[in-house]
Amino acid sequence: MITFHDVKKDFGKLEVLKKINLKINQGGIFAILGPNGSGKTTLIKSILGMVIPQSGAIKIHDQNILKQWKYRQKIDYLPQIANFPANLKVIELINMIKDIRCGNCREQELIQLFRISPFLDKKLGHLSGGTKQRVNLVLAFMFDSPLIILDEPTSGLDPVALITLKELIIKEKKAGKTIIITSHIMSFVEELSDEIVFILDGNIHFQGTISDLKEQTKEDYFEYAIASILKENYV
Amino acid sequence: MYKILKYSFYDLIRSRWSFIYLLFYLLLGIVLLFLNSNLSNAIVTLLNVITVLIPLIGTIFGVMYYYDSKEFTELLLAQPIKRSNIFLGQYFGVAISLSISLIVGLGVPFIYYGLFISDKIFEFLTLIIVGTFLTFIFTAISFFIAISFENKIKGFGVAILVWLLLAVIYDGVFLIFLVYFEQYPLDMFSLGAIMSNPIDLARTLMLLKLDISALLGYTGAVFKKFFGTNFGVILSYSVLIAWTIIPIIGIVCKSNKKDF
Repeated sequence: MITFHDVKKDFGKLEVLKKINLKINQGGIFAILGPNGSGKTTLIKSILGMVIPQSGAIKIHDQNILKQWKYRQKIDYLPQIANFPANLKVIELINMIKDIRCGNCREQELIQLFRISPFLDKKLGHLSGGTKQRVNLVLAFMFDSPLIILDEPTSGLDPVALITLKELIIKEKKAGKTIIITSHIMSFVEELSDEIVFILDGNIHFQGTISDLKEQTKEDYFEYAIASILKENYV
Repeated sequence: MYKILKYSFYDLIRSRWSFIYLLFYLLLGIVLLFLNSNLSNAIVTLLNVITVLIPLIGTIFGVMYYYDSKEFTELLLAQPIKRSNIFLGQYFGVAISLSISLIVGLGVPFIYYGLFISDKIFEFLTLIIVGTFLTFIFTAISFFIAISFENKIKGFGVAILVWLLLAVIYDGVFLIFLVYFEQYPLDMFSLGAIMSNPIDLARTLMLLKLDISALLGYTGAVFKKFFGTNFGVILSYSVLIAWTIIPIIGIVCKSNKKDF
């Protein structure tokens, strides 16, 4: 379980998170939605301790995570932009992360699943965007942790890889894991998520299931429901 | 920290630039020894090269490595590793690989020339120790600057400026002071001024070791008296250690507060 209590973060004059209060229960898929620059990535990075909030507390299983690092052993993270050291080979990178993190790894299974075996000996700088994202996914899912955080997992993926990813996420959910996703692709979110969190200008405007959202906004389609929250707040 | 250090170290050892750096010292050592055919002269010439070049290379390598491995650092930050260990590991990786280039690059030609059967072995050792200190100090300073500036160009500019200040401008200002206040006793002031710049301190330590302090005139005699004592030597090395540790503490503090 993750709780945010009055979490505030600004970068200079830009207030990115304005007293966020949020509770994410264990098990299930949570989607964090919001327009560009609304604070989704900052929210996610603050769970990982990469962004340090000015005030407030973030707790995972009632443990404050500020200045801690061991709790990350139980988190898998997929960063939004897969920038890897360009002159390393794919296999070298995988082995290196494995070595640093030492735990039970299941990289072989994922290499098969995302079809990256032909690229293992290629340098990361020479890979296409989609292939890089697939390597990124292998690295993220490798450790079989109970909490998985995916920042824009769909970017650059071809339809085959996208289906593989969906199936993998559903499988992980069935295994009782908590999965947090940010995405711009509404159909992807609608299909997968149990609960959504809508964030706009650093505030949370909605948290609940998709059917709750549709009821609240009196819209039949998910995309329209989202658009109607946006309109309400911008007009 | 050890694993990060290992990877940074291997990464650098395999890179073309460390190899060029090593090759440069090898060539320099060989050329100086066979042109001078005198160990002492070669050491004096090297001293002049080292006190300017090591800080410059340390600065450039430190800044470049930090900005170049930024993406990888972000990947590491999401892993269960203590934050300061990531940066310290990278710093020691850079500093150690640069120091090895220096030690091997100069050591090989000097040993081949017959360092061990000469009486100049302690002079050479001082040169290497002082050079290694300068490598660690300037790599730490440049890492600290790179962490402090998100913008690559700004970070690079500030780091080079710090090098310029300590390696070139400082001496100029110091000299102007000495000339301007010629009438006053400046021994303590000079001592203080030298202590507060690691490059000057390294140079002075080396000059005194080489027994050519007579070139420095009266001030040289004062220095000789000061640095010649155990107290002077211990103090100078303590100051060098402080110059290394303070920026490293800076790296740890800055990295703990930074957002990625």
